[in-house]
Amino acid sequence: MSKAAVDLPPKGGFSFDLCKRNDMLAKQGLSGPSFRKTGTTIVGLIFQDGVILGADTRATEGPIVCDKNCEKIHYMAPNIYCCGAGTAADTEAVTDMVSSQLQLHRYHTGRESRVITALTLLKKHLFNYQGYVSAALVLGGVDCTGPHLHTIYPHGSTDTLPFATMGSGSLAAMAMFESKYKEGLSRDEGIQLVVEAICSGIFNDLGSGSNVDVCVITKGHKEYLRNHLLPNPRTYVNEKGYTFPKKIEVLMTKITPLKERVEIIETGDAMEE
Amino acid sequence: MDSLNLDEPHSMGTTIIGVTYDGGVVLGADSRTSTGVYVANRASDKITQLTDNVYVCRSGSAADSQIVSDYVRYFLHQHTIQLGQPATVKVAANLVRLLSYNNKNMLQTGLIVGGWDKYEGGKIYGIPLGGTILEQPFAIGGSGSSYLYGFFDQAWKEGMTKEEAESLMVKAVSLAIARDGASGGVVRTVTINADGVTRNFYPGDTLPLWHEEIPAQNSLLDILSAPSPEPMSM
Repeated sequence: MSKAAVDLPPKGGFSFDLCKRNDMLAKQGLSGPSFRKTGTTIVGLIFQDGVILGADTRATEGPIVCDKNCEKIHYMAPNIYCCGAGTAADTEAVTDMVSSQLQLHRYHTGRESRVITALTLLKKHLFNYQGYVSAALVLGGVDCTGPHLHTIYPHGSTDTLPFATMGSGSLAAMAMFESKYKEGLSRDEGIQLVVEAICSGIFNDLGSGSNVDVCVITKGHKEYLRNHLLPNPRTYVNEKGYTFPKKIEVLMTKITPLKERVEIIETGDAMEE
Repeated sequence: MDSLNLDEPHSMGTTIIGVTYDGGVVLGADSRTSTGVYVANRASDKITQLTDNVYVCRSGSAADSQIVSDYVRYFLHQHTIQLGQPATVKVAANLVRLLSYNNKNMLQTGLIVGGWDKYEGGKIYGIPLGGTILEQPFAIGGSGSSYLYGFFDQAWKEGMTKEEAESLMVKAVSLAIARDGASGGVVRTVTINADGVTRNFYPGDTLPLWHEEIPAQNSLLDILSAPSPEPMSM
């Protein structure tokens, strides 16, 4: 290393030195710890009354399915939900963080959250980490300005679309959308199309599988249909369930109700302005 | 052939063009955003508003160009309030240039700033990678622009009318789309002059066909699903 190089004054901002070290180690052959990814097919579409989001429920750790029924549609605000693909920890953390920020903002402004607010908060965060926070999101909601659907990529770029797909199964799902989407779909037609697109991902993509979750958001109302469709039931289930090898004998039964530990004292005067 | 890697950063392969005419400017762009070889958005809007009278065409990394235009919009808004009148195109272009130049190691985005103000009229400023600022009568950028240098040398004229400028724009973008794999979709144009801003949209079927391009045909599926002919009877 050249000692003659001029020493730059330390600048603010995130230091990516360890990221560069990791890249160098990976090139030399060191495989890092395997982390949980959501292989995923996530979709969203705008229908006549609002937005419908859909997701599969498989989470993978390398080649192994570590969670057969995980939740990929995250709550952001009462009128905004966000599907997440990529590293499970990253999508959970970033959606939780922005959801809290939105709640504080709602208290501050006294108004319902807008989808572009969530969009800007997410995009700013992801851009600051230059793609190292591996979260690819489909953000949808209905606010006072109407229904909105956006996709957010790990590097911080966003797109606004009438229908969108993300994740490893996005090509399979997009094929369904491109052939069957039209404007002004009814609620049932929209759910049907979303389910078809997710199933297309589930059956044709190795990183997606198990069940279909759907979330329908309209003006002033939302419906989270967890496990709306279960096209992959367990085929052989042992009726006996699990049996312990030795016979367990009950010696004594004692039930202790937990006492109230917290006493609420009547508050004094209300706070003055 | 690259294997499909959906983790690649989004780039806008792109063809972007800005052209001055007698009385204003016309900005034009294609609409394709790609992740490696997959088209992530086939109908993106690459012409972004900075102020009422200044727009910017974005190319290169999608994330970088969106963030730069967000910051410039924010600074211009403050500047407009402090100044008390609409910002000039030169100021907008210089703010873009300052961000591009001072962060040249980290950004990968080429921009064309165009607009109309009452002092200078219609102006186009090209700000390629690296952060140079160049005031030009017309500017081209993006991967598809390589195919347009010769075309503009021949077809560009001083003092065109609004209609001539817009049709030149559409012709140029459609030529680039025909030859550049990273450009495609629809052609979007924005015309800015003293009367205001007009947005136009030209879907694929309205664009002219060039050498070896064949006209769109109905899918074989539609033909096959037509009712089968009556059986012959003796």
